[in-house]
Amino acid sequence: MATKILIPTPLRPFTDKLDAVDIDGATIGELLQNLTTQYGGLTQHLYSADGKLRSFVNIYVNDDDIRYLQKEQTPLKAGDTVSIIPSVAGGAQ
Amino acid sequence: MAITLTEAVEAAIRAHGRETFPHECCGAMLGKDGVVSEAFKLPNTTEEGPRRRFLVRPDDYRVAEKRARESGLDLLGFYHSHPDHPARPSQYDLDHAWPFFSYVIVSVMAGEDKLLTSWRLKDDRSAFDEESVEAASSK
Repeated sequence: MATKILIPTPLRPFTDKLDAVDIDGATIGELLQNLTTQYGGLTQHLYSADGKLRSFVNIYVNDDDIRYLQKEQTPLKAGDTVSIIPSVAGGAQ
Repeated sequence: MAITLTEAVEAAIRAHGRETFPHECCGAMLGKDGVVSEAFKLPNTTEEGPRRRFLVRPDDYRVAEKRARESGLDLLGFYHSHPDHPARPSQYDLDHAWPFFSYVIVSVMAGEDKLLTSWRLKDDRSAFDEESVEAASSK
């Protein structure tokens, strides 16, 4: 089952400039695995060296942050839209 | 590499840094083809101390993307200030950076805006490349 993933501006150079892609996956974890397999340039920007999603990468299923669902085990159903929404953080120290 | 700021945009970024001092300000930069035509203020929602950190939360990021889309512009990057600190990116800036975006930093020393610089994440995420900041006339 393919799910639409909405791609934010800074990651579109790695998805052939597309702002949305359709990817298969029964769960968020599978979906993101398949996404980074198809678009390998995304991997280092989504995941840190230990294989975890970076803290400033926010994944939503429809309007819900996966942190408040079942994280990467969150199941997907037909009609769901997944969004990758950045936090932007920084500072002097 | 270069980013161009209109006079109005540079003035707005500097003013924002002064008005939020001693806290960091932050905002989005909207424009086209490397020319920033709008500085869009955003709230600094960090819980790690706004004197040394900033955070644009996902909801506010969405507002910035929506504003860009509705204005027919692109989201070119983000700006923030470094209160009483040089306009150079920190390790924390590097750890949290997104590719493609320009990151403008303005140093605000004792409430006065000083050097303004811009940076882009290297392809391998190992560091930032500094880009030149060009001036364009306001339209």
